[in-house]
Amino acid sequence: MTKRLNALAGLLASVGLTLLGLVIITFLIGRVMPIDPIIAAVGDNAPQEVVERARLEMGLDQPILMQFFHYVVQLLHGDLGRSILTKNPVISDIARYFPATLELATAAVIVAAIIGIPLGVWAAVRQGTWIDQTIRVVCLAGHSVPVFVLALISLLVFYAALGIAPGPGRQDIVFQDMVPHITGVLTIDSIIAGDWDALWDALAHMVQPVCILAYFSMAYITRMTRAFMLDALRGEYVITARAKGLSPFSVIWIHAFPNVGVQLVTVLALTYAGLLEGAVVTETVFSWPGLGQYLTVSLMNADMNPVMGATLLVGLVYVGLNLLADAVYRQLDPRVR
Amino acid sequence: MLVDIQNLRVSFATRTGTFEAVRGVSFKIGTEKLGIVGESGSGKSLTARALMRLLPPNARIDADRLNFDGTDILKADERTMRGIRGKRAGFILQDPKYSLNPVMTIGRQVAESWRQHKGGSRKQALEAAVDLLDQVRIRDPRRVCDLYPHEVSGGMGQRVMIAMMLAPDPALLIADEPTSALDATVQAEILRLMEDLVSKRGMGLILISHDLPLVSHFCDRVAVMYAGHVMEELSAGTLAQAKHPYTKGLLNCLPSLTHPKPRLPVLTRDAAWLQS
Repeated sequence: MTKRLNALAGLLASVGLTLLGLVIITFLIGRVMPIDPIIAAVGDNAPQEVVERARLEMGLDQPILMQFFHYVVQLLHGDLGRSILTKNPVISDIARYFPATLELATAAVIVAAIIGIPLGVWAAVRQGTWIDQTIRVVCLAGHSVPVFVLALISLLVFYAALGIAPGPGRQDIVFQDMVPHITGVLTIDSIIAGDWDALWDALAHMVQPVCILAYFSMAYITRMTRAFMLDALRGEYVITARAKGLSPFSVIWIHAFPNVGVQLVTVLALTYAGLLEGAVVTETVFSWPGLGQYLTVSLMNADMNPVMGATLLVGLVYVGLNLLADAVYRQLDPRVR
Repeated sequence: MLVDIQNLRVSFATRTGTFEAVRGVSFKIGTEKLGIVGESGSGKSLTARALMRLLPPNARIDADRLNFDGTDILKADERTMRGIRGKRAGFILQDPKYSLNPVMTIGRQVAESWRQHKGGSRKQALEAAVDLLDQVRIRDPRRVCDLYPHEVSGGMGQRVMIAMMLAPDPALLIADEPTSALDATVQAEILRLMEDLVSKRGMGLILISHDLPLVSHFCDRVAVMYAGHVMEELSAGTLAQAKHPYTKGLLNCLPSLTHPKPRLPVLTRDAAWLQS
């Protein structure tokens, strides 16, 4: 029992330290950028007294440690400041943009894993054959062709030329604001509202960006799965399994594959976190109102509060997913329990 | 005749050509205990693995005859081989630390082996596993069933391995250096257990080792291998009268407590041994 408590305390301490580091970094992002936050807020032509007043209001006359303290206090109140560009509190902006990214990333990582893992296993089992080579080439293409090229070609072919895919954006204009905003994830909101046309429309809009993101992620997942499986298949316990007279299917999926689970979880978690960061290019090409787009547009306009807020969120996502991956490890591998 | 091997050759295709690791090995074995000894790389493990067709895919097996219990291993399809592996011939590997699946409980691994060839429900298989663990003299087999391989000692791991391989009642047990990874005190225990079970069940045993005296103690016959050839095959009792210079040389290199030598001789090898 005390051992458990100790482990929990250790976990909390490490998470706390990570979070502190994260907050320091986001705070520094707002200070070291060669951008004058006052000018960004009041504009170039503001008279001197307006600039002075803004400076006092933003607390920029205080020592940096005090500024940091105020920043942390603000964060603890759930206040990420206000965006100059959208005039909204950053937190409500994020609440609007992040679900779009969440929806895209989750769908993409699921598709990538469902295709990538079996493909990687297959390539490993058939190492050196034409199957392995074909999979390698497909993955290499996924890794090396820039996402915007694929995205534009996809739009050109399926939307412009063939007209079988919907255009950019998250939904058709007819469905705009038709489903009540509950989670912000359109597919889920449509299901809650029971609006099947809206659901269908949302899914149709997801197909292209999801496929492109999934292809990119799948390439990585497949390559890693292949490498892990090659290693596992060399294990002595695989010989044991074969010596027991098990079928190739059992040898591969019941004996070898569970041994790569732990490594795969890390790959999946990192892939997912990478996607949640917001795929800026994909989101831009498909006019997807996601976190990546929000972050980029804010950065371009020197709007630092959203940048800091979004960075903080991305950091939190990484910490959260790592914790989750750790928890899953313990379930998958008895040796780390 | 359980195993009948005539002129077995195992070769590997490498970048520079083919390398022949086993070069014409012949022996027969019934329900008896055959020891194969030889230094590392002499081809003893490959011979055993060729018999169960457990070689890596780039290995090539040739033989004038390679029969197991009347089945031609060279011509058998994968399905037939799966009926032989485990069910008719068990295969014990060297180090239980690597040869047991680290993420599967011991009970499941033994039960799987039983169920694969005997059928039955999961529950029956688990009961059988408990019984098998008891037969290899593991105390508290029910508790051990729920443990993972990293939670047991090497000796116990090898007992589990034996239980797993004896589960489908095979006619032959191949043990590939089953005690090399174990402490000296545990080695004898494991060998005695294996010998006991093999005799009790009237099975054949192929014991692969590089420990000549140990093998001669536990086996009826000993085949001495060197560089892919069998140098000499003799009955265990007559080891002292070995004729082949290689066998003599090996015996000569053993340190002895009763007749200590100031300096152990070095084995001199003769290229002519490989001519025949």
